[in-house]
Amino acid sequence: MSRQSNRLHQGGLIDRTREISFTFDGRALTAHPGDTLSSALLANGIHLTGRSFKYHRPRGIYTAGAEEPNALVTLGNGGRTAPNTPATMVEVYEGLEAHSQNRWPSLKFDLLAVNSLLKPFFPAGFYYKTFMWPRSFWYRLYEPMIRRAAGLGTLANESDPDHYEKAHAQCDVLIVGAGPAGLMAAREAAHSGTSVLLADDHSFPGGHLTGEAIEIDGQPCAPWAAGISDELKDMENVRLIQRTTVYGRYDGMTFGAVERVGDHLVPDSATPRQRSWTIHAKQLINATGAIERPLVFTGNDRPGVMLAGAARVYVNRFGVLPGRNVVVFTNNDDAYRTARDLSQAGATVTLVDSRAEEKVSARGILPEHVEVHFGQCISKVKGRSHVHRAMLAPSGTELDCDLVCVSGGWTPSLHLLSHVGHRPIWDEARTCFLMKEPGNDARAAGGAAATFDLNEVLSEGAKAGRAAAKSCGHGSPGNSKLPKAENLPAYALEPLWRVPGSVSRADAAFVDLQNDVTVADLELAQREGFGHAEHAKRYTTLGMATDQGKLANMNALGILAELQGCPIAETGTTTFRPLTAPVAFGAIAGQTRGKAFRPVRHSAMHHWHEIHNAVFTHAGLWMRPYYYPRKGEDFAAAVKREVLSVRSSVGMVDVSTLGKIELKGPDAGVFLDRLYINSFSRMRVNRARYGVMLREDGMVFDDGTVSRLGPDHYFITVTTANASAVMQHMEFCHQVHWPQLDVQFCTVSEAWAAMAVAGPNSRDVLARTVKGLKLDNDTFPFMAVGEGTIAGAPARIFRISFSGELAYEVYTPAGFGAGVWEAIMEAGKPDGITSYGTEAMTVMRTEKGHVAGPELDGRTTAADLGLGQMMSTRKDFIGRWMTDRSGLAGKDRLQLVGLKPVRVDETFHMGAHLVNDQGVTGVDVSQGHITTSVYSPTCGHFIGLALLRSGRARSGEQLYAVSPLHDESVTVEVVNPVFTDPNGEKMRG
Amino acid sequence: MRIPCPWCGDRPLSEFTYGGDASKKRPKHPEKASAEAWLDYVYLRDNPAGKHTEYWHHSGGCRAWLKVTRDTRSHEISKAVLARPQSDGARS
Ligand SMILES: [Zn+2]
Repeated sequence: MSRQSNRLHQGGLIDRTREISFTFDGRALTAHPGDTLSSALLANGIHLTGRSFKYHRPRGIYTAGAEEPNALVTLGNGGRTAPNTPATMVEVYEGLEAHSQNRWPSLKFDLLAVNSLLKPFFPAGFYYKTFMWPRSFWYRLYEPMIRRAAGLGTLANESDPDHYEKAHAQCDVLIVGAGPAGLMAAREAAHSGTSVLLADDHSFPGGHLTGEAIEIDGQPCAPWAAGISDELKDMENVRLIQRTTVYGRYDGMTFGAVERVGDHLVPDSATPRQRSWTIHAKQLINATGAIERPLVFTGNDRPGVMLAGAARVYVNRFGVLPGRNVVVFTNNDDAYRTARDLSQAGATVTLVDSRAEEKVSARGILPEHVEVHFGQCISKVKGRSHVHRAMLAPSGTELDCDLVCVSGGWTPSLHLLSHVGHRPIWDEARTCFLMKEPGNDARAAGGAAATFDLNEVLSEGAKAGRAAAKSCGHGSPGNSKLPKAENLPAYALEPLWRVPGSVSRADAAFVDLQNDVTVADLELAQREGFGHAEHAKRYTTLGMATDQGKLANMNALGILAELQGCPIAETGTTTFRPLTAPVAFGAIAGQTRGKAFRPVRHSAMHHWHEIHNAVFTHAGLWMRPYYYPRKGEDFAAAVKREVLSVRSSVGMVDVSTLGKIELKGPDAGVFLDRLYINSFSRMRVNRARYGVMLREDGMVFDDGTVSRLGPDHYFITVTTANASAVMQHMEFCHQVHWPQLDVQFCTVSEAWAAMAVAGPNSRDVLARTVKGLKLDNDTFPFMAVGEGTIAGAPARIFRISFSGELAYEVYTPAGFGAGVWEAIMEAGKPDGITSYGTEAMTVMRTEKGHVAGPELDGRTTAADLGLGQMMSTRKDFIGRWMTDRSGLAGKDRLQLVGLKPVRVDETFHMGAHLVNDQGVTGVDVSQGHITTSVYSPTCGHFIGLALLRSGRARSGEQLYAVSPLHDESVTVEVVNPVFTDPNGEKMRG
Repeated sequence: MRIPCPWCGDRPLSEFTYGGDASKKRPKHPEKASAEAWLDYVYLRDNPAGKHTEYWHHSGGCRAWLKVTRDTRSHEISKAVLARPQSDGARS
């Protein structure tokens, strides 16, 4: 175990009494509870954490927050692998395993760093220019090469063993960020009685106060913040969630957030790793603070260069001194506190300030011995894997150092205020973009509003809390006393977008650290006419990495404005869109993965099908028996046996998946008359009828049977696929078109198990099991409906046939389904009853010429399908009136026909087109297409249904069925679509 | 986005199914309606930038069809009533 050589002897919000062990690239290291991975690495003297995206330059820890561009690591291994995780946001736990990224074979020696030498060949726009020709090279050579060289972490190819969950929250006021502004806002809003949700992305509240040496009300600021949050935690109307990133704002004040519930714990199966929140709020207070800007000079990406505010956090919050010989480079007063805090922690500090001495008011807070270079800039730092010297300009002074802290000012975090379309506006005085018109339901406070004086931040937070509560209808809580912070130097920023004159083309001054975009790249973009912010972004890829340019964008806009000689306000800003930070797919999916994402529906007889060797097929979410192979049978043999059994004796198929809707009420019949093309209001009780529904545009929507169970009581079945769509359509028609009709209906699909018993012996089989219902043809003819019992279970029996045989559909409450099915199978044994699957059902309906899904494709009318004579002319129904359009009545419509091969041993495919001449292909010569093709055991050859131009008049004609996909051209003959028992004698007998 | 269902209160978008332009009415006397009237009802739709009245089905809730007024630019919902005429639908 290595010693924590950079850990200070005192200070910080860490638990020094406990030591925890973790590994980085396999090296065993120690940390204390309260450490982040970055603070623990720095405590162990490790700055170098990865290689850069494009040039594989060594990179180190640059920040202390979510905006970290460099120190992206891969956590865990196997299915738990989490790539591209900012080390600054990882809380160290016992046994944590972290790896550096984008290096091969090792972090210190990286072969692909030759990209660094090839840099002149990787300029901005190289994606668009360099590799354009020849085209095939792009796919085979350039892209794979670039993919290997560029990029960050690698995803695991295993399933994630952790679990994630989703949660909803509602509140009056959502406050994002528990820094000084957010805490004050929460306290004020909460005291008014309004409900408050305070979401903060760190492990404990306080925001930047957790890393500052400032006093509020006479006590150090971190415990002060803890005191406020304790007060909030005791209030019933406040919910405070830590480790939670609000990543997006969506329409209607809906927010997305991710809470890292278990990321800081040793993985276990009980704790979700993350929780995905959907938050509904009435008011938003954006107290997300500000992000410090880098300064741009040659070598500004070297490990050991760090934001000044971050260095302060490492000293004050973690008790870690990230360097002993420090140069602080700034254009504002804020970084003076970094110089002070590092100096007080024992470092030797030199301060370099780009401003003239008279503009600086903070000199007084520094110890006397801290040397300050006014009116100077760092033009370059040296040190390949760690900075060791800083060169100043214009003086030419060289300073030895092991840490360079930079501050280019602060950029307010406006993301959540911008997501629903509000545009930030440039504020010249405060040198940043601000959201001046955030709308009536959102406001910013503190750093996010470019308020940097701590006392102003506290009062602005309180004011925002009161205003938000008032907007939610909660009055003023009275004036609670404002806390008083110590006075700090003014901010006094003087813009410095890049160090002047320091940038030579040969060496690199980085603007976007994460995506390796340099000043030279921006200059090139400008020269080539891509200088507008939105163009430059795409041309150089600036701001397009996982940090979305949080650090880079402002400097880039400043540099572009300088290059164009125009104000920043005219360069424009890019648009912020959700998500503000990367979110794991697992968190977005939550529990809805696998079967919870796509549930499987089983009928009541599923278990029977399983033990009887059914091969299943998916029908929507349903699992349906496809066929039941017996020993030695393949698909074709099994289907053939099943069909022939039904046609010669008896078989049974599970049809529970049909949609079922029950209707009651005096107007139920009239309602159905208006939904279907045919009529039901005058159908006799205990009768069923086939029915067809159209869409209002005249196309067939669905088909099924309608049964009348009583004078005011109907029961309909609809296709499996359209079960929910038909219900929705019926509700629309009832509620919108015909609310005066006295009818009620509801879906009962799941309540009933259903099976069809078909074949010449089906009546004999049922007669042996059904009690209380006579089944002889006179009492119970074709299309009769009745009730009886089977094996003691109530059953509705419908004499309906889809197969064309003598057949019955038996419905029983789902709980009885398995018992009734088994009773019928038992009763059918003497007749050799066979269970059959959906394929045999398809074969038989095709032999009978019944249309199904492939023919009801949304482009066919009832007339096209040969069902035109069913259409009533004596009533209004959905779709009737558009059917009269001449285009739908024309003789050249595609009409349903049957097909058979001229040579009986030939086969054809569904989807094949029908053409007049052999060898001719193309859409323009197509006469139609095959919708269904099956082998018919009854006919002894292939048969098909097709939609053929003017088809009904072409019976006997020979055509070619052409399927180039199958390299197939078969001579077929147009025939009547009813291949078996065309007069329906079997089903009526 | 949330839709204030008159029966169920503010509910998330995921519970609803869109049903299209609600300013179109099925001709009251279908047998007398002209081909143009049917064309207008079935096919012709405006695409306004601003307030739009549209049907939404509370398919994952009370199953009521609603008439919702939504601003197509901001998705702000200013009104949501039952599509079924109030005299029938608002009884409890
Ligand atoms: Zn509802």
